[in-house]
Amino acid sequence: MHRVVALIALMLSLPLLGLFIPFFQTPTEASSVDLGAQATLLHLWQFVLGDYLVSTFVLLCGVGGGIFVLGVGNAWLVANYQFPGKKIFEWALILPLAIPTYVMAYLFVDVLQFSGPLQTMLRQMLGTDSLWFFPDPRSLGGAMWSFSFCLYPYVYLIARTAFLDRSGRLSEAAETLGYSGMQAFYRLVLPMARPAIFAGMALALMEVLADYGAVSYFGVETFATGIFKAWLSFSDRLAAVQLSLGLLIFVGLIFYIEQSNRARLRYASSGVIQRAVLPKSLRGRKAFWAFAFCGATLLCSFIVPALALINLLWQQGFSMDVRYLQWLTNSFWLSCVTALISVACAVALAYAARLTKSRTLVWANRLLGLGYALPGAVLAVGILSLLGLIQAAWIMSATSWVLIYAYLIRFLSSSLQSVETGLSRITPSMDGTAALLGATPFQAMRDIHFPLLKRSLLTGGLFVFVDVMKELPATLLLRPFNFDTLAVATYQLAADERLAELALPSLTIVLAGLVPVIVLSRAMSGSKRY
Amino acid sequence: MSSKISSKISSKTGSPFSATRQAASQVTHGLAVSLFMAATVWFAPAWADKSAELNLYSARHYQTDEALYNEFTKKTGIKINRIEASDNALIERLKSEGAKSPADVILLVDAARLWRAESDGLFQPIQSDYLEARIAPNLRSQAQPEGVKWFGFSTRARVIVYNKARIQASDVDSYEKLAEPRNKGQVCTRSGSHPYMLSLVGAMIDREGVPTTEAWARGMVANMARAPRGGDTDQIKAVASGECGVALTNSYYFVRMLRSKKPEDQALIAKLGFIWPNQQTSGTHINIAGGGVAKNAPHPAAAKKFLEYLASDAAQAYFADGNNEWPVVANIKVNNDGLTKLGTFKIENVSVAAMGRNQVEAQKILDRARFK
Repeated sequence: MHRVVALIALMLSLPLLGLFIPFFQTPTEASSVDLGAQATLLHLWQFVLGDYLVSTFVLLCGVGGGIFVLGVGNAWLVANYQFPGKKIFEWALILPLAIPTYVMAYLFVDVLQFSGPLQTMLRQMLGTDSLWFFPDPRSLGGAMWSFSFCLYPYVYLIARTAFLDRSGRLSEAAETLGYSGMQAFYRLVLPMARPAIFAGMALALMEVLADYGAVSYFGVETFATGIFKAWLSFSDRLAAVQLSLGLLIFVGLIFYIEQSNRARLRYASSGVIQRAVLPKSLRGRKAFWAFAFCGATLLCSFIVPALALINLLWQQGFSMDVRYLQWLTNSFWLSCVTALISVACAVALAYAARLTKSRTLVWANRLLGLGYALPGAVLAVGILSLLGLIQAAWIMSATSWVLIYAYLIRFLSSSLQSVETGLSRITPSMDGTAALLGATPFQAMRDIHFPLLKRSLLTGGLFVFVDVMKELPATLLLRPFNFDTLAVATYQLAADERLAELALPSLTIVLAGLVPVIVLSRAMSGSKRY
Repeated sequence: MSSKISSKISSKTGSPFSATRQAASQVTHGLAVSLFMAATVWFAPAWADKSAELNLYSARHYQTDEALYNEFTKKTGIKINRIEASDNALIERLKSEGAKSPADVILLVDAARLWRAESDGLFQPIQSDYLEARIAPNLRSQAQPEGVKWFGFSTRARVIVYNKARIQASDVDSYEKLAEPRNKGQVCTRSGSHPYMLSLVGAMIDREGVPTTEAWARGMVANMARAPRGGDTDQIKAVASGECGVALTNSYYFVRMLRSKKPEDQALIAKLGFIWPNQQTSGTHINIAGGGVAKNAPHPAAAKKFLEYLASDAAQAYFADGNNEWPVVANIKVNNDGLTKLGTFKIENVSVAAMGRNQVEAQKILDRARFK
């Protein structure tokens, strides 16, 4: 077991090490218009990096606030209350997960921009040619909204699981303490669900940090813009790597702070079997507001974008590319295989850390999870350097396993966070009891943990599935010959500025993402007891 | 794919993953193993050493190219395997693959990138009287004794479109005038970091020098109607809707809209004026899409054949008719009313090498001027 885990950890950390290779290479060739060591960094620092850092910070704060309100708010409502439409919201609120951030960006801007349908209609109605009050969708603010609608399901899913798992006992405790509903939420539920909420927020915000496509479409310049400028405009791979490492250190620091704060609290609850939550029925005005909140979230984050896509498809006329089926099967298989392996790796790594109680392993897992904050293209370059070093880069052309390998590293965080969050809710005393009864750790895992963890495993698998479905930069760089996915097809059309024609592949990404979402939501409603 | 081949391949590619497989089986009771097998069969390599094949690395992202490649296969019986990605992604990949790279032909869509790929040693020189006769020397890399490293196959111009209701053509008929104070609050462009902009600025540096170019960049920033964002089509739409008075765009996006049968596109076009910039002075900036034979091409003969095909009358006409680019070969009969309508124009005389060499300087100037 130990050796296997060590092997997995090593395999998954290699490309991160690959990133260091440029440090040991001297720039050769007359080609490099080299400005001398560090000149690129110096230039960037002097003229642009300050602005990038500020806008990255503002964007992170905005998106963080947005996904917290949308994710926790909706999760709290559907986990604890009964109101009209709840049965539908319960699963439908996960749907935006299937929309890639870059597609969301296109649609957001397409609907709301100056030359878009809404503003044009308003101008005609008001008989004016400038709507000074209408905010520009292609801005930092627009990016915040678009990302928030796209990414809140990460928080929603994990937080909802946490709320469902605990609030039954908690609300009893709250009543004993004489707390009102709001007090119970702020003083008990929220602090108890903190690891879960942090995990969801961390995933979503790392995705924002790693994003390049959507932010550049919004005209927002983030830290990733700096990385790409160093690489693309200055052809300075070393500077790009240095900036990427800076980004990783920053994210690592956040994790460290959270972890050491959290270490002071203990999270496992002591009860063996938790009682199911009985959702409270809301009536009248309260029911309406609950419905309105969930409904508005769903409308903005999924229904309007989906309708906009269908409208584009309609205008375009339904013409299907012959290669379409191939794109679909490629995407689907890559996603399935990666999701399975990723969850398996996450289980192995999380258990190794839990069973050995080794701090080193805990931190190794944290480090492996950082891949999520790395722009996909940078990770891909790490893999390229690594393969280049052992003279094996040609295998990319022959097999898509390199691609799956890249996905595993990039998205391990999704499955690892879910599995760890799930494990953190299983009490150490359960392990003790199992051991007393003579069960091996493996038996305990199979008979006790697995049923309790099922939901977290599914959530993790779903995250990875939709992430792979949407992944673009690494796929572009590492795929074999004649191997296009839906995301690649979407990109090619977007690069050619054929917005209307990307409706079909985009819509398919969304529809294919729905399959695991439905599986997940069915599994969830079937396993309420846990 | 026949089952015999696939089973052979799966047993071969399966072995490096046996360690991972072992771990998975402990956890999921062999379920993963069967999926592994199934997946390995599914992803069995399409690329293998077959002589009647050509491996193409292309940065061309135009949907209409599909027919171009199919035509080649039909004519020669050579199957084309493709990887399409951005210029830089392909260059990185080629560098890592080194001597074992399967690439035969590399196609890129920007002069500065062609220059970079050449100086990174990614092309091999080839000798083809046919190509040298058909493609003018300024549209290919410098001939050396061993041959020529890359050839341009089509060109596109960086042109100016303006809103007829708001702007006089004479106020915006050169790149320089866009930066003059009279166009304050009117100008739109895409991001300065885009290769099309960097090549334009790189050419200007070659012509005017750094200080003049930097002053121009500052003037542009001062005149902007909005911060740079979106693609070229977005700029055209923004001019038509009145958000901007004037914008820079690549010619083929404009021609595509010009030829569009959609009523909303025609309504847009009706509001637009079109200008060949710098006709009285240095000429309009053009950019080159082209390519060459990869350094370690496993199928060099097929690669050369493919390049020659791209310079043939049929393929050249295709660049014009399919993607609204200009052919590099003279006197090609073009069946594109959009291109014909625009007519001929004076072309800027700047070497590709200069554009390539100036790219870093161009980005630095734009950064200093806060040209996003």
